[in-house]
Amino acid sequence: MINFLTAAVVAMTPLLFATLGEMIMEKVGNLNLGVEGMMLMGAVVGFYAGFNTGNPLLALLSASGAGALGALIYAVLTVTLRANQVVSGLALTIFGTGFANFVGRQLVGKTIPRSISTFFSKRAIPFVSEIPIVGPVFFNQDLFVYLGYFVVVCIGLYLYKTRKGLNMRMVGESPAAADAIGIPVNLYKYIHILIGGMLCGLGGAYLSLVYVPAWQESIIAGRGWIAIALVIFSQWNPYKAFLGAYLFGALQIAGFRLQGTSIPISQYFTSLLPYMVTIIVLIIGSVKENKKNNAPEGLTIPYFREER
Amino acid sequence: MLNISKKEHCSTKSAYAIRMSAILLALVTASLFLLVLGYNPIEVYKGLLRGAFGTEHRIKETIIKTIPLVITSVGIGLAFKMKFWNIGAEGQIIMGAFAATYFALNFSGLPKGVLLPIMMIAAVIAGGIWAFIPAFFKAKYKTNETIFTLMLNYIALGWITYLQYGPWKDPNAFGFPKIPNYGPSATLPQVFGIHMGWIIALIIVIGMHLFINYTKKGYEITVIGESESTARYAKIPVDKLMMKMLFVSGGIIGLTGMIQASAVSRTLSVDITGGIGFTAIITAWLAGLKAPLMIIVCFLFSIMLSGASYIQTAFQIPQAAAEVLQGLILFFVLGSEFFIKYRIKITNTLFYKNREV
Repeated sequence: MINFLTAAVVAMTPLLFATLGEMIMEKVGNLNLGVEGMMLMGAVVGFYAGFNTGNPLLALLSASGAGALGALIYAVLTVTLRANQVVSGLALTIFGTGFANFVGRQLVGKTIPRSISTFFSKRAIPFVSEIPIVGPVFFNQDLFVYLGYFVVVCIGLYLYKTRKGLNMRMVGESPAAADAIGIPVNLYKYIHILIGGMLCGLGGAYLSLVYVPAWQESIIAGRGWIAIALVIFSQWNPYKAFLGAYLFGALQIAGFRLQGTSIPISQYFTSLLPYMVTIIVLIIGSVKENKKNNAPEGLTIPYFREER
Repeated sequence: MLNISKKEHCSTKSAYAIRMSAILLALVTASLFLLVLGYNPIEVYKGLLRGAFGTEHRIKETIIKTIPLVITSVGIGLAFKMKFWNIGAEGQIIMGAFAATYFALNFSGLPKGVLLPIMMIAAVIAGGIWAFIPAFFKAKYKTNETIFTLMLNYIALGWITYLQYGPWKDPNAFGFPKIPNYGPSATLPQVFGIHMGWIIALIIVIGMHLFINYTKKGYEITVIGESESTARYAKIPVDKLMMKMLFVSGGIIGLTGMIQASAVSRTLSVDITGGIGFTAIITAWLAGLKAPLMIIVCFLFSIMLSGASYIQTAFQIPQAAAEVLQGLILFFVLGSEFFIKYRIKITNTLFYKNREV
């Protein structure tokens, strides 16, 4: 059981990073369907840097840089040039897929240097790791997982406890009102879209550096889309995103484990559970018309000052 | 400083000039990329065209790639016209192909003239239902359709995977997980050496063009797309119309699944869509949601797709390079829309505030 829960935390981590990344972008009013593309860019560049330098920090830095690069293209298109967000995001996924396969074609079959795999080996945190069940499940993990916890808390504090976080949510809810009180709307959008892209890139890098760890073409395997679903599932709340990612990670592991047992549930159905759960949550959410913590009002609407 | 204002009207001529220069710019950018990698870009582009038009066979292949893209684009375009973001074409294609395959496998004894129409109707209904479900929830509860349709893609794909590896697995394939091939009576016939999907595509394009521009319903759809509140004010039954039209949108897209399964792969597999559902979102958008233009845009895309596999063998350029190129062109064209909608003036004063001019 503890083994299963521990594996679920590992499976959760890439989803968590990508979900938080997408959430930040949506909070400033930009639906970015390019998560899969940014994750792929982060995964391949992170692996490339890690493979060639053997330096784990450099690998992380390059991965987040690659994710940010993808996000920058998206930001220029949707914020400055006011292109349609849905189409721009899809274009980013196409570009990211091509980019990753192109860069990665000589990396197929290569394994990550030992310096990186030891850096990301499991480390127990003293004291807390001795708490029964919770300790070994959550606090005997690799540094990347801990980084994930850290990011959740940071984003939570930022969104709900700081002035900048409030401003940022205002940009997403009502850019015109934000503009009127002097918040630089486009600057806020750019910064948060770039940070979101960095997180997506890191989510991809977790797969190529720690989870797999090797480069393969379809390494993200639809996790980017699940992340987009998870944002809705978690009602744009970073703490709920943690729970959601954990649940989806557990579903994923459960799917793998069921294959080896005699339970007659096909793995194809268990792998569908995240998508079905998302739809159900989506419907329940809209039936209840719950306004609190719901989608930012300004989502997908390009802002143009003179069209106020 | 830059002063940006909305253009009252951009002539079609200058709009195309802007789009063409965007594509050219994308090609120039891609050339730099190729130069860095040590290839001659002119040769590569020539290779791309040779790959798409070099022989009669390649021309046919390019057209065969255009057909599903056009039909799917029209279906998506209809939904987009109402600002219904149907991202679920992949799933609708799959469900269409699934329904068609059910009849192709279980009623292979029927004559062609009976079986093919049944398969088509089944595909339209299955694809239609797959798009109707999210439309129903959007109409009733304002459920977000972008994510809903997206999720349905994966559910459809999982369903086919299950069939392919489970109950529909071909017992004669030596354990290889594939669904049996269609019999001869379930295969679309050819007209002028290309399967008759091209005729279906043309009919759908013309039909959609007439529907949108010359019927009351078509006009109502355009009004909904322009402003839903105006439409409601004008007593247009927005919800009902949206549900009906999404059934049609998904139905058209489902037909793509039937055509691909019947005429191209002659079976159903998890690769049935080949990403058409996503590519068509972009082609529909780039064509400005105008059905006749979709033929041109989809044809250009198909040139790139069939050219790409050729340059892979001719220049040892990985196929992924074509995706990069495709992405670049998309970025530039998407970006260029800005210059069609807005006018940019450069003013001398640095402190000029571009508020309320």
